[in-house]
Amino acid sequence: MRYLISRRITQVSIILLYMAANIWGVKILEGNLSSSLLLGTVPLSDPFAVLQMFVAGSIITMDIFIGALIITIFYALIGGRMFCSWVCPINIVTDAANLLRRKLGISAIQKRVYMSRNIRYWVLGLSLLLSFLMGLTAFELISPISILHRGLIFGMGFGLSVVLIIFFFDLLVHENGWCGYVCPLGGFYSLIGKYSLIRVAHNTQKCTECMECKVVCPEKEVLFMVGKSSETVEMGACTNCARCIEVCNDDALNFSIRSYINKNRS
Amino acid sequence: MQKSMMSDRRKFILGMARAAGLAGIGALVWSSVLEESVHASLLLRPPGALDEIDFLKTCIKCGLCVSACPYETLKLAAPGDKKPMGTPFFEARETPCYMCPDIPCVPVCPSGALDVASVTTDGVLDINLAQMGVAVVDPYACIAFWGIQCDACYRACPLLDQAIVLEYARNERTGKHAYLKPVVVPDICTGCGMCENACITEKASITVLPREVVMGRAGDHYVKGWDKKDQERVKNARGGITQTEISKRSAVDSLNDSSGLFE
Repeated sequence: MRYLISRRITQVSIILLYMAANIWGVKILEGNLSSSLLLGTVPLSDPFAVLQMFVAGSIITMDIFIGALIITIFYALIGGRMFCSWVCPINIVTDAANLLRRKLGISAIQKRVYMSRNIRYWVLGLSLLLSFLMGLTAFELISPISILHRGLIFGMGFGLSVVLIIFFFDLLVHENGWCGYVCPLGGFYSLIGKYSLIRVAHNTQKCTECMECKVVCPEKEVLFMVGKSSETVEMGACTNCARCIEVCNDDALNFSIRSYINKNRS
Repeated sequence: MQKSMMSDRRKFILGMARAAGLAGIGALVWSSVLEESVHASLLLRPPGALDEIDFLKTCIKCGLCVSACPYETLKLAAPGDKKPMGTPFFEARETPCYMCPDIPCVPVCPSGALDVASVTTDGVLDINLAQMGVAVVDPYACIAFWGIQCDACYRACPLLDQAIVLEYARNERTGKHAYLKPVVVPDICTGCGMCENACITEKASITVLPREVVMGRAGDHYVKGWDKKDQERVKNARGGITQTEISKRSAVDSLNDSSGLFE
């Protein structure tokens, strides 16, 4: 449970820090996830938003360029989709939907709808294409992540309906449908984090093949090696959420630092 | 072996075609949503904002300008506002821009969507250079045009007697009263909206609108002969005559054209 609790603490405290800056004037982290100012000096920007701006034909200022660079390097080191499981506010919504889905046993009775994990890369490509064609930041204008995050800090409007759509999509249509299949930001961060250092490592010697990890994992494909071979999870799609680690009773899964030297040796 | 290769290739082509088709439909739906953002241009942006098309490209929707504003003038468009999502705007009738001399909302913008240079002269920030919009008077609803004395907008204007001036006229109906009509000077008006906020009529009779919506342009053909500075524009004017459909014919033919008259 400790990882789940620390993830929730991270997610909620990031939102609270932003709210504190806007509502109560405690200026530690100002702005929102699209672009912010840490301690009034360090710029932080969403690299995907900046990429869309660049494609749309906007002149990129030094501030957001540096901000995007900091964020890119940060997630390239610790695993891109760590954003998804440790920061993104939509993650709380979809996790709730998936928890409810497991409790109600919907996956067991539902006829599976086939969706490709690659849809997110198509959506990613489409966001850039539409940004270019229409001269807008295409995904930013409809992104439920931004809508929820902005809504919490600056006022929600009808934003809650967008969040509910995603909740019910994940609950009733497809398990982990939004985060695991559609969201282009997740796709973007899985590309960034492809070679990141922090990785989940699997040890077959300890594994008893109970497959609890696969039940709980939002990106089951990344755990293909479970019970077969000892290796680290290499796919960028892994969100480093550590749920597999927590659920494993055999201590077969753990965080590790990817070692490029070891990999070359074997 | 050969056969299975064929079916793999077919499967692949079919899969790609399906994905491309789905993406095409998705793009169509998505772009129609975005289309609204492009055309919802009747809104007021913070001071120093780039023109609407560049603004939409450049704004990163972080809300730093919103939290910098001490008067809670600026809002970020939320779903349901029918405005480009996440971008800052203000509604002058609700809360106008109070024209802070240090313009806190502009330098804080990280993406340059609010351009510091456009509100700076000689390295000093000058809010009076802002062009958020321009005020427009409805002379039929404005009670000052009826002859009832009201100078609420004139008094509320931070550029008193510059952006809004009073035009005096004799009230012919009574023969012994005066009209004090508010007239906006668009070159000076910043579009802060304090006049709209102060207007005492049920619905404001003076409204701030985006400049590009309201402002006209005479073109280089017309020059104020009595204005030395304006005469210099003649030098910039390109030669040539405007050709319209009717000017292709001779003037006499055009005047004698009776087609359609006797039917």
